[in-house]
Amino acid sequence: MAESKELLHDQYANILRAYLEEQSEQGLYYAQQFSKRVLEEQISPEEVVSLHLEVLEEFFPDLPKGAHESFELLLEVMMGYGLAYREHQSLRDKTKELEAEINVAANMQQTFLPDEIPHINGLDVGVLSVPASKMSGDYYHFVKDDHDCVGLAIADIIGKGIPAALCMSMIKYTMDSYPEQRLQPGALLENVNRVVEQNIASNMFITMMYGSYDSRSHQFNYAGAGHEPGFYYKAAEDTFEELHAKGIVLGIKRNTNYKEYQLTVDPGDFVVLLSDGVTECRTDDGFIEREAITRLIRTYQHLPAQEIVNHVFYELERAQGFQLRDDFTLIILRRNV
Amino acid sequence: MSIQSSVEVQTEWGIVSARQAGRNLAKEIGFGGVDQARITTAISELARNIYLYAEKGEIVIEAVEETRGTQKKKGIKITAKDRGPGIKNIREVMEDGYTTSGGLGAGLPGVRRLMDDFDVDSVMEEGTTITAIKWLR
Repeated sequence: MAESKELLHDQYANILRAYLEEQSEQGLYYAQQFSKRVLEEQISPEEVVSLHLEVLEEFFPDLPKGAHESFELLLEVMMGYGLAYREHQSLRDKTKELEAEINVAANMQQTFLPDEIPHINGLDVGVLSVPASKMSGDYYHFVKDDHDCVGLAIADIIGKGIPAALCMSMIKYTMDSYPEQRLQPGALLENVNRVVEQNIASNMFITMMYGSYDSRSHQFNYAGAGHEPGFYYKAAEDTFEELHAKGIVLGIKRNTNYKEYQLTVDPGDFVVLLSDGVTECRTDDGFIEREAITRLIRTYQHLPAQEIVNHVFYELERAQGFQLRDDFTLIILRRNV
Repeated sequence: MSIQSSVEVQTEWGIVSARQAGRNLAKEIGFGGVDQARITTAISELARNIYLYAEKGEIVIEAVEETRGTQKKKGIKITAKDRGPGIKNIREVMEDGYTTSGGLGAGLPGVRRLMDDFDVDSVMEEGTTITAIKWLR
């Protein structure tokens, strides 16, 4: 430490001597480099002031009266900066620590989501879920049984970040606990609602939509709990309809019934499920319209489902200047022609 | 060494007197300019805390010595005592950003950084005693 201080002292003396001899831009450049050096060595401002005075008094042993004293005053003024500088260093270290912890949590959260999309005969599935920050408040889930029936869920925990992420595990475990209801969306939501209502704070809510598709009968049954409506594309008419489901948000009322809806899926038809991060995408001109999303889907409709969702996401991300304000999840489930 | 001075802090004048006493002793012990400024800043912060939150208290400044083997080291010890309301959550006030964000200055974390040894003892409704030592290197 003392050695490096001597080194800094000599360096500064050289820089100052050169600059006093000739006021060149190069001399100032060396001073700038020196400032990087002292920052690296974590030397605080008051020490730099003191170093300057030390060197100055070596050069000019007979400083005019008051010069030395004026530096004492400056030193005192710089104390506050010195303290702020050290606080900044310690806060920066703390931020790094927190970030590392959040990364671990975010990785763990990823394990709640399905590793891969199940392959189902006659179905083309595309999914994309992108968190606005490291932790996501959006959840989706796929299960496939031996008869090529598939259950899919999309949920949005109101609020973002860590509290939302903590809730996610609860939904996952609840759904895992009721395997026999995979094909009964209404009953499944009733169970999830009961667990959520009993276990989360009254100021937290979860919206969810659950659907099951039976690839033998091509029936799509679904139920919703206050979730952002999806879309249903009817190939025969080439139109998009709202995929509405009446039902109260999870976690509000203990005994709630969720109405089940049924659709027959014809070849080329597809179901679109989304989170409000998709529809509440905000550009400089305000929120985008729901039609803007169906228009986008239409543009890429000829592509495989996964590519549609990728493209829609890219376009919406671009429209927002590549800054997501909310977690984004988009799922497309299409019956092959 | 038995140099010790005690300064009552009731007004801002008390803060200045405490600083003065600290600077004089620090100089006497042999601290350099930067360390003198650090010690007085620490005294200032502690005295301001008394002035702002406890209304009445005192700052005691003394020279200390410690012998470890053949090594003898000298230092300055500041003790800030008050009979104020006490600190409810010491851990919170020791956190960075707690006081500075409110514009109150360096606060206790600042004092801890300026000095070498630091200790807080606070009892609710009875008062707070803070001790801080800086050793001469």
